[in-house]
Amino acid sequence: MTDAVLMEARDLRRHYAVGGGMFGKRGTVRAVDGVSFTLGAGDTLAIVGESGCGKSTLARMATLMEPPTEGELLIDGAPTANADAQERRKLRLSVQMVFQNPYGSLNPRKTVGAILEEPLIINKRGDHAARVAAVRAMMAKVGLREDQYGRYPHMFSGGQRQRIAIARALMLNPRVVVADEPVSALDVSIQAQVLNLLMDLQDEFRLAYLFISHDLSVVRHIAREVLVMYCGRPVEHGAKEAIFAQPRHPYTRVLLAATPSADRRARPVAEPVRGEPPSPLAPPPGCAFASRCPHATDRCTAERPELREVDGQRVACHHAEAIG
Amino acid sequence: MSSTASAPVQATGAAARPMPGTLRLFWRSFAENRGAVLGLSITLVLIVVALLADVVAPHSPIEQFRDNFLTPPVWAQGGTARFLLGTDDVGRDILSRLIFGARLSLLIGIAVVALSLAVGTVLGLLAAFAGGFVDVAIMRMMDIVLVFPSLLLAIVIVAILGPGLFNAMIAVAIVTLPSYTRLTRAAALSELARDYVTATRCAGAGPLRLMFNTVLPNCVAPLIVQATLGFATAILDAAALGFLGLGAQPPTPEWGTMLAGALQFYQRAWWVLAFPGLAILLTVLAFNLFGDGLRDALDPKLRR
Amino acid sequence: MPLLEIRNLSVEFPTARGVFRAVDGLEMTLDAGEILGVVGESGSGKSVTMLAVMGLIPYPGRVRADVMRFDGTDLLGLSPRQRRSLVGKDIAMVFQEPMTSLNPCYTVGWQIGESLRAHNAVPKSAVRDRVIELFRQVGIPAPETRLRAFPHQLSGGMNQRVMIAMAISCNPRLLIADEPTTALDVTIQKQILDLLISLQRERGMALALITHDMGVVAETAHRVQVMYAGQMVEEQRTDALFAAPRHPYTAALLDALPERAVGHARLPTIPGTVPGIDDRPAGCLFNPRCRFTTERCVAEPPPLAGPAGARARCHYPLDAPVAVTA
Repeated sequence: MTDAVLMEARDLRRHYAVGGGMFGKRGTVRAVDGVSFTLGAGDTLAIVGESGCGKSTLARMATLMEPPTEGELLIDGAPTANADAQERRKLRLSVQMVFQNPYGSLNPRKTVGAILEEPLIINKRGDHAARVAAVRAMMAKVGLREDQYGRYPHMFSGGQRQRIAIARALMLNPRVVVADEPVSALDVSIQAQVLNLLMDLQDEFRLAYLFISHDLSVVRHIAREVLVMYCGRPVEHGAKEAIFAQPRHPYTRVLLAATPSADRRARPVAEPVRGEPPSPLAPPPGCAFASRCPHATDRCTAERPELREVDGQRVACHHAEAIG
Repeated sequence: MSSTASAPVQATGAAARPMPGTLRLFWRSFAENRGAVLGLSITLVLIVVALLADVVAPHSPIEQFRDNFLTPPVWAQGGTARFLLGTDDVGRDILSRLIFGARLSLLIGIAVVALSLAVGTVLGLLAAFAGGFVDVAIMRMMDIVLVFPSLLLAIVIVAILGPGLFNAMIAVAIVTLPSYTRLTRAAALSELARDYVTATRCAGAGPLRLMFNTVLPNCVAPLIVQATLGFATAILDAAALGFLGLGAQPPTPEWGTMLAGALQFYQRAWWVLAFPGLAILLTVLAFNLFGDGLRDALDPKLRR
Repeated sequence: MPLLEIRNLSVEFPTARGVFRAVDGLEMTLDAGEILGVVGESGSGKSVTMLAVMGLIPYPGRVRADVMRFDGTDLLGLSPRQRRSLVGKDIAMVFQEPMTSLNPCYTVGWQIGESLRAHNAVPKSAVRDRVIELFRQVGIPAPETRLRAFPHQLSGGMNQRVMIAMAISCNPRLLIADEPTTALDVTIQKQILDLLISLQRERGMALALITHDMGVVAETAHRVQVMYAGQMVEEQRTDALFAAPRHPYTAALLDALPERAVGHARLPTIPGTVPGIDDRPAGCLFNPRCRFTTERCVAEPPPLAGPAGARARCHYPLDAPVAVTA
């Protein structure tokens, strides 16, 4: 599909200065280091990686909560870096977020109606009657009952809370939704309901999803494009089918092999897993995955592989051709 | 139009429904603590007496009965039913003075707590939201206040502002400020880290809305507890200042001031000293018990 | 004789809104050298069951059972002293959150040594050597230096290895692992599961693996028990269960897995939610959410029936071919 690009990231980087207290040594953590992607209407890009790989930092940059240290983020073709306050605010509203933990993402002191109405109040949309009507319409869309309007979040189960959170994100008619592990805190049967809801809403509103997850089986189901991250850097980026059918980067292969599956024979590749990710404070000079990689050579520990095109996928590995 | 007009009504109706449940749950865990209930009842009696002082008190608090100096209480030798708790050295009825004093003490408590709660909350929120230099400046200022023994600092402040009930209240409010500021800052910081704040920010909310509409309501429970306990401290500190002659000035019927005026008669007439002292003790105890009960009843809810 | 045998276990908690039955008529047997997977969604009672086995149900919870025996010893009739000598030694447990299960004030080496000393497992002088040996067995690199580390200095995966080392320090015959990998990353999860399997195999101990993750069970367990709302609704050998579930709940749960979805289609879901204290239905607990509910399901609670080792708590258990084509 040739859709207009809603969001484009060009070599985004976000570095943090850490330590440097009274006795500590100052250091830099490269939480996100050179991520690029484009996201069109109706598209789902999954960002996959384990804790500490920079996915949450990327989410905060995509929602304009944090400015990138380097690189550029364009929303609807407009650069966000030098937009004035007014423009920035408008851009920010077109990207909304759904969080992982439905227990922490809803204000416990407000009713569902108030939570959903708040975005409209803040942005002075419509009068009270119109806002209430909009809230009720949205509640119906995400499968909440009329009579739940005045209830407080603690009276809902995890799955219903996630529905409320999704409804809140959609109140301002955003074009892009950043979903940070939206189903990983939910039970399997509830997870399926929420995934279906996300897909229905995407079809209805032509939403673009930046879907952040560590769960490859969920990603495989919902994503169109996949970006695998390791230690802040993209290691593999391509269409879902290609990545799941023929993973090129050893880390992607390890992830696929490590994901437990209900059907053991469905396992595409077998790859041993060893070691743990390096400390973000002292990343190795070469490939960050070299210490855990079964294919690592001297070149990997010395020279950092850049993302390059291999058979239509983008892979950051010196040995991508040999592995595929 | 009719459907939209009825919507808000439904909304408030539905919002009101869960509240009794919450309240009842709260009351159940509060009522488990007998001391807290006792504290609450004493507090309620005190409030009623203070409100109805004009009706309840048998005499005017400042009227001097020239032929009844240092009359003992009614059950002691030489007591009279006219002055139930006796009279002081200039013939004023002690019971009436205590009753009007209750009004004053509660007023002091309310004023002091309101003042330091309001200022402390704003300072604490500011520190938590602004961070960086503002945070450091505010919190170090609070540390400086905490460095001095509280009563000593209050005395210094009153000495600068001049003695009097109003200045004494300001002094006590300043002295108790740090606890509210720290509490608010700590609570706000932990709330700020939660996703619902980020979500509200995503919706375009400005800092004022985030502070007072989003974060503050989620910090009130510990503040309510602190305010109740602070009430007792305020009454005690104001009484102490009154006792030292720096607070309310005679003939104002303030409990601490009453103690100070009666000090020289403690061997001849114990009642002049005992009853104001007892009044202070009971009130402070009641508020502390009530506050402790509140904390126990509110805290586990918060953790859940 | 099975190592662990439980018949008709119920665990109840009095609450403000009435008695809440967290576990209801549970049956479980576990042989030495076997890995039993206990799966269920949150609130299904799987963790409470294991806490009951350990004797760790907090006041005012009530535990009742017709039989609850570990290696012939009645677990319900134990004195606190006897229980302490059994729990932690013959029965050990690994928890979900490695970061909070270790005491942050002491080094990890000291904490393992403590459990060795408490059970007099080795002479005092040999404690250090034994701890190093245990660290090696659970795959902690450079054990001599890691001994002196505090929990916050180690990663989640390393802390979970420490927890496992502590659990196996007294050579337990039954290891209960309660969501041991839920808080960990996928690659670390794989390592910890492999470690648990290899330790189980080497030592011939029984392993009860509690989890909500169907994939973890499929790859690890020999036999599976599925729990729903405090009841065991189905038990089968692992491969049989995943190929042909007999209880509609198990079938629906498996269908809802994204990995079993076909293409970009919507996932089949289970309507409704797990019953809470207020809305426990009459008859079969799953009947309000079940596709196959009949009047009998609403009227009469189904017994656990079927051939030994493949029982299901359902009036109309599914047959293999029907489940696949339906």
